[in-house]
Amino acid sequence: MLFEMPVIDQSRCDGCGVCITVCARGGLTLVNGVVAIVPGVECDYCTMCEAVCVTGAIACPFEIVIEGL
Amino acid sequence: MDVERDFLGSVPYFSGLGAAELGAVRRLAFERAAQRDELILAEGEQPEALYFVVSGAVKELKTSAEGKEQILRIVRPGESFNDVPVFDGGPTIASAVAMGPVSLLGVSRSDVESIVGQYPRVALNVIQLLGERVRYFVSLVEDLSFRHVIGRVAKLLMEYAGDGDGPRPRLTQQEMAAMAGTAREMVGRSLKALEDDGVIRIDRHRIVISDREALREMAGVAP
Repeated sequence: MLFEMPVIDQSRCDGCGVCITVCARGGLTLVNGVVAIVPGVECDYCTMCEAVCVTGAIACPFEIVIEGL
Repeated sequence: MDVERDFLGSVPYFSGLGAAELGAVRRLAFERAAQRDELILAEGEQPEALYFVVSGAVKELKTSAEGKEQILRIVRPGESFNDVPVFDGGPTIASAVAMGPVSLLGVSRSDVESIVGQYPRVALNVIQLLGERVRYFVSLVEDLSFRHVIGRVAKLLMEYAGDGDGPRPRLTQQEMAAMAGTAREMVGRSLKALEDDGVIRIDRHRIVISDREALREMAGVAP
């Protein structure tokens, strides 16, 4: 099963690492000083990484759908 | 020691202090660590210390009698919490919980008083920070008291809901906040309230509108 992951804009990341500490799944890491997704991690899309990111480098977009359509 | 002193130099509280003064503050500070979901401060307890987040993030929250959690603020590195009770001597106004592994520097209430007394620059910084905090909470009160946010979020969900005939733009909570003219935290709260009411269902990265009529009513949109 493929898990939807946060969208990372590495050009905006300042490497503070706060998102890594709040991710309960261990789904984020720093690579060359900027945040990256850890491959294979089952993201539960809690959006806490987006909530704590002050530079807007992480986005958790939602698809909005009507049930049954 | 120098690392923590450098950290304190980057904290708005101590902006304008020289290396020797920062060293003196550092000697008064103590280290504290907390793990994910650990309660750092409990609402209602007597304030012992002011805390600065060195790494990680802390959420300040209130809990209702039904156990519902309301996040007031997320405290990030360089920011402080428990300021108000430390300065007014009243009980801690919100619980503080670690959002992951957290490293903190704390300064006891009596040491905070002596630092402020000794360094007028810090007193000015504190006034500015408390002023910012008041502005933040006034805007939160506006959002909470006018109760329009849920309606605006409901309207936005109606507008952006895909009807099955092609892709629709996906929205982050930050984007929804910008569109609804509110804070991201308020969007999170509104979505949670809509979910609790059975109007929507949050299924990982999908917001599923399960009661279209109820959402339409909340949005004030004509059928």
